[in-house]
Amino acid sequence: MSASSHPSWGRYPASRPAQVQRPGARPSALPATDTPVLAYGNGRSYGDSCLNNDGTLLDMGSLDRFIAFDPATGVIECEAGVLLADILELVVPQGWFLPVTPGTQFVSVGGAIANDVHGKNHHMAGTFGCHVRELELLRSDGSTLVCTPDYNAEWFAATVGGLGLTGLLTRATIALKRIEGPHMDVDTLRFSNLDEFFQLSAASDRDYEYTVAWVDCSARGANLGRGWFMRANHKPALGQQPDPRKRGGPTFPFVTPVSMINPLTLRPLNTLYFRRKFKPRSRDTQHYQPYFYPLDGIKHWNRAYGPNGFLQYQCVVPHADARDAVAELLERIAAAGAGSFLSVLKVFGDVQSPGLMSFPRPGVTLALDFPNRGRETFELLEALDDVVRAAGGAVYPAKDARMSAAAFSEYFPNLERFKTFVDPAFSSNFWRRVTDPHNDGKSKVRK
Amino acid sequence: MRKILIVGATSTIAEQTARCFVASGDALFLTGRNEARLKAIADDLKVRGASNVATQVMDADDLSAHAPMIDAAEAALGGLDTVLVAYGTLPDQQACAADPAAAVAAWHTNAVSVVALLTDIANRFERQGHGTIAAISSVAGDRGRASNYVYGSAKAGLNAFMDGLRHRLFKAGVQVVTIRPGMVDTPMTADFDKGPLFASPEKVGGDIHKAIEKGTAVCYTPGFWRLIMTIITALPRAIFHRTGL
Ligand SMILES: Cc1cc2nc3c(=O)[nH]c(=O)nc-3n(C[C@H](O)[C@H](O)[C@H](O)COP(=O)(O)OP(=O)(O)OC[C@H]3O[C@@H](n4cnc5c(N)ncnc54)[C@H](O)[C@@H]3O)c2cc1C
Ligand SMILES: NC(=O)c1ccc[n+]([C@@H]2O[C@H](COP(=O)([O-])OP(=O)(O)OC[C@H]3O[C@@H](n4cnc5c(N)ncnc54)[C@H](OP(=O)(O)O)[C@@H]3O)[C@@H](O)[C@H]2O)c1
Repeated sequence: MSASSHPSWGRYPASRPAQVQRPGARPSALPATDTPVLAYGNGRSYGDSCLNNDGTLLDMGSLDRFIAFDPATGVIECEAGVLLADILELVVPQGWFLPVTPGTQFVSVGGAIANDVHGKNHHMAGTFGCHVRELELLRSDGSTLVCTPDYNAEWFAATVGGLGLTGLLTRATIALKRIEGPHMDVDTLRFSNLDEFFQLSAASDRDYEYTVAWVDCSARGANLGRGWFMRANHKPALGQQPDPRKRGGPTFPFVTPVSMINPLTLRPLNTLYFRRKFKPRSRDTQHYQPYFYPLDGIKHWNRAYGPNGFLQYQCVVPHADARDAVAELLERIAAAGAGSFLSVLKVFGDVQSPGLMSFPRPGVTLALDFPNRGRETFELLEALDDVVRAAGGAVYPAKDARMSAAAFSEYFPNLERFKTFVDPAFSSNFWRRVTDPHNDGKSKVRK
Repeated sequence: MRKILIVGATSTIAEQTARCFVASGDALFLTGRNEARLKAIADDLKVRGASNVATQVMDADDLSAHAPMIDAAEAALGGLDTVLVAYGTLPDQQACAADPAAAVAAWHTNAVSVVALLTDIANRFERQGHGTIAAISSVAGDRGRASNYVYGSAKAGLNAFMDGLRHRLFKAGVQVVTIRPGMVDTPMTADFDKGPLFASPEKVGGDIHKAIEKGTAVCYTPGFWRLIMTIITALPRAIFHRTGL
């Protein structure tokens, strides 16, 4: 199977596994190989956490079977390669919804657990891992571990957010949440600076299940941190309404020769978006698909970043210095004329994840894309890391392709304990990079 | 609602087709060699909404097992009106060229056993005066090629057999659907480099479902293979023999 068929979402770095295997049925043992093994979910991680160059990738796409679903309790059991999109298609008509969903529905259950993903309801529901009832882990010593929050609890904690390194997840059981219908009640408000964002968040997080903001990362000075705040709740049943969009939709057809997102297009795109609505506030009803997954509307939109791919940067900074740290981050990005169009700001809540290495923690999270422009991009991200480290924050491995080993160990204080759970047969590009003491985040600047 | 028997239900393509059948509310009887995989597939189909799914283990190479299996399917579903024969093996052409026993084994699975099955089914459907008989053949059956002619010729035999069966059963109102997939990304082609001509099993499974619903006589899937095979079968031998096909 050709290797380039298994890229990460950022398409940087290049994917070059020595081999790709696809288990046809739920395996009871790992394949025997002499190279390091890694599961590949659906490749929606941006950086290198789903890559295993010169190693063996296990493509989990074929493990896409449901095992059991009880529509009375909303508990669903499935193989690890099932996509969140498949779950939604099955359960929404029966009055259930994902307890937590990231900004794309094309991630696998295994990937959602391995990165302990979060969504716009983090302040109420915590991470995906908070809703996992049971998981099954295949280890290279031949053992199969069934783990729950109470049974084999240490393995459970290491595997939730465990970056795919504790073994192969073959199946999982998840507790869904009740909904009355597929629609959302969405309230959108304009804010003109960071202080207003914080005020809106504080005022909304109690009454709105989902909150998130889009920020104009090209704005500076008095406009620094301006944007749109979106808050929403599931809506009571509306009766029969047509589905606005199934999984179809257009596909971005090819990798553009240069990035469509560049210093020339960045500001106009952002300004246009900021000015998209005349009214500073609007309230409307949206189907859950465009509401949760606006980016899924165009398949392979990542190709618009051109042949060098792009990097995403997502960090969290604790509440104490959040206002100043976020201002500093945005200022550095705007001054560099970098960043892109997709910049997101959200306040995380304090629901504790069971995961040892889980990324979300109380504070404010900022996420944005950067077209890969080589050294200049890497140096900027390194400078952003300085701000995050000084604030005692963290960077999200699911989106990372460059953080230094030192930064990683600061961001994840349970790292040494976690290492004792890592399966010796497993590794990833990410893992080799963040455990390489010579990796200072700069030396590996390469296209 | 159809009452469908799938022989070789653990095939990746058949599994995708079965998901489409379930979405249409059909009842299913699944057979295959591997009990655990049959169960996993049946469980999945139940979660996806199947109200009636039964399974039975059977090796299709064992011809004496066919009739009792079909009886069991009829009993489980209260009759049958659709059969999909999906199993097959893609033998190593080198081995088949070197060893007559390997060539015959490939023919046994891909042609002889299917002929046995379809003969029994055809007689039952002819008696009941309705039904749809579908089997997965391959574009490889359209012209023998050095790279896979043992497999291809078994599928070619199946094609001609089904053409004749369709002719015979026309008056009885029984439909015969020959499915000719191009290259599909399944375990059967695990060792191949996947180029742009490869289709997903979802796409092919969906096409098979539509062909069965419509009673299409010969279904190329994806559809562009009809054109490709028209060209390949039309190539003069002098040119064809120089190609690496
Ligand atoms: C448009 C977009 C929006 C996003 N929004 C969010 C968001 O809002 N919140 C958020 O948290 N994330 C978000 N993400 C990131 C994404 O949710 C995560 O990267 C997720 O882990 C991807 O899942 P995947 O199935 O594609 O796994 P991959 O990216 O293929 O793999 C991710 C990790 O999971 C491991 N893994 C996968 N399957 C298994 C298995 N069966 N057993 C063991 N390990 C396994 C892999 O080894 C790897 O370490 C977004 C991504 C995109 C493209
Ligand atoms: N993939 C392609 O490119 C392609 C192209 C054209 C046509 N086809 C045809 O499509 C059909 C399905 O193949 P696929 O692509 O879905 O591959 P697959 O997933 O490998 O399925 C092949 C199936 O056949 C089963 N089988 C083999 N011998 C059997 C026997 N004696 N008794 C019962 N079952 C048997 C196998 O069962 P086990 O799991 O027990 O081995 C397996 O489930 C085959 O007829 C194939 O010839 C495939």
